[in-house]
Amino acid sequence: MNHAAGGAGPGGAIVSSPARDARRRTSRRIPWTQGIRRQYVVGWLFVLPALVMYGLFVLQPLALTLQYSLYRWDGVGPATYVGLSNYVTVLSEPRLIETLFNAFRLVLFFSLIPVGLGLVTASVIQRVARGRLGAISRTVLFLPQVIPLVAAGIIWGRLLSLTGLVNQGLTAIGLGDVTRAWLGDFDTALSAVGIIGIWVLLGFCTVLLLTGMTKIDAALYESARIDGAGWFAEFRAITVPSLRYEIGVCITVTVIAALAAFDIVYVSTGGGPGGATAVPGIQIYILAFLERQVGLASALAVVLVFLVLLVILPIQRLTRDSAS
Amino acid sequence: MRVGRGELYAGRALLIALIAVVVLPFISIFTTALHPSRTVPVGLEWPADPQWGNFIEAFNVANMSTLLASSVFIVLAVVPVALVISTMAGFGIGLLRIPGARWLLLLFIFGLTLPFEGIITPLYFLAREIGILNTRLAIVLPLIGLFMPFAVFWMRAHFVNMPNEISEAARVDGASTWDLFWRIHVPLARAPMASLGILMSVWAWNQFLLALVLVEDPTQRTMAGALGAFQGHYATDIPLLSAGTVLILLPTLILFILFQRQVISALLQGSVKG
Repeated sequence: MNHAAGGAGPGGAIVSSPARDARRRTSRRIPWTQGIRRQYVVGWLFVLPALVMYGLFVLQPLALTLQYSLYRWDGVGPATYVGLSNYVTVLSEPRLIETLFNAFRLVLFFSLIPVGLGLVTASVIQRVARGRLGAISRTVLFLPQVIPLVAAGIIWGRLLSLTGLVNQGLTAIGLGDVTRAWLGDFDTALSAVGIIGIWVLLGFCTVLLLTGMTKIDAALYESARIDGAGWFAEFRAITVPSLRYEIGVCITVTVIAALAAFDIVYVSTGGGPGGATAVPGIQIYILAFLERQVGLASALAVVLVFLVLLVILPIQRLTRDSAS
Repeated sequence: MRVGRGELYAGRALLIALIAVVVLPFISIFTTALHPSRTVPVGLEWPADPQWGNFIEAFNVANMSTLLASSVFIVLAVVPVALVISTMAGFGIGLLRIPGARWLLLLFIFGLTLPFEGIITPLYFLAREIGILNTRLAIVLPLIGLFMPFAVFWMRAHFVNMPNEISEAARVDGASTWDLFWRIHVPLARAPMASLGILMSVWAWNQFLLALVLVEDPTQRTMAGALGAFQGHYATDIPLLSAGTVLILLPTLILFILFQRQVISALLQGSVKG
């Protein structure tokens, strides 16, 4: 986002009316000015294909989502206009509003823990593992980020099952009593899904923060050390403030991953047990394609899009300020 | 940087523990895949009689060769087109600075945070209406559109920083706008285009929601979408499901290990710019 603030300033700058005047006066002798107007048309032609694809397959469906959300429709028969009543249902029916709360609970796992632990891990790599161990950690930790989320969901579905590795480990250290089917237990399912999110996103945050850390001026640390600062003091006074921009990026990416979670949840729990892990994405899918309540699904979709914007915009503003 | 011995050991122990947490799940799914079909193995246990044949069986029942071809087709249909039209748009907005460029940029940026779930329902009805439901086009066309906000934003960031002198010199030599774009600026934009291409390939390959909703036949889906269907069919046969998962992971893992530097840097730059 760092480029968004600058640059665009002189965007449409070359004002059109003086150019037009110039053309009227000297069109014969300087055909170049005529070229400028043609250049605008050509310029728009350059943007057109991207704009058409974006308009047809993103903006149009988005407008349709808004429209559907005002109707009761089963996807086949005639639709009935119902005003805002779908939104009232979304915000009042427990099984629907609960999906929104679940989305925010996932933020704790998908965002807070990966960013926090990522800061610590990156700082550890920076300090004690500049050689091969650091390079290996970087690559290995990043691995979960490139595999399909569906595969992550299936793998962890096994690990967290009754006979999975997690329970095997717990039994081995004498905690056989707490073993259970983590994803099938009403009390632990959402946290178990959250743990999959940590596994996927930790490496991404670590590597991104590490790249930021290598840019911090070493002299800052030198002078802190002369003042007798310890590891934690350095971490708090130098590392974290210098990484404000990278931290903002990590938070943005991971918060969107949490609020819009779908793949992992669909594969590992399908929203169950009893809706314990139902998040908006899953609920939209269930409403639209299994229960044929297209209007209600669309209202929930609009609420989700709005929520993401509401959460992300302030974070963007913070990071942009720090970048400039 | 001087570091105490205690910190050195504690830090390395932490890193090794984290590496183990990432790697063990992969090992667990691999050993599970080697157990006899229809058994329920424990998390980490080397089988007495490894069933390497599970991989062959999974390859056959999952129609793996068709799947690979389908995924490759989708990536090849999406990425080059998306790359060309987003580079053109980035050039128009960032370098030609056409009137309304600022407004256009905002329109694209608006799409950056849009969750796919926000538009998946109308996409289904739209695809049905224009007759591409249950074909690969139903994944390809929306995916190109959905990549535009990020791709245009990314390419514009490159073009907006190009010095004007390059274009002016070419203009004086009488180059048309298309020449300017194709002969001068595209070759200069090779690095950001390559990163963008890697990013979009990974995203297309791993795309699940569009495949799940818009294409019923798993053999017409992306790899990730097919894996979802495979899970539905073989949920009870854990070793076979694990073998299928390993096979579907394999191409991604191999490509990542071969191109890890490029992939990591593309994904990181991608998030920083986006």
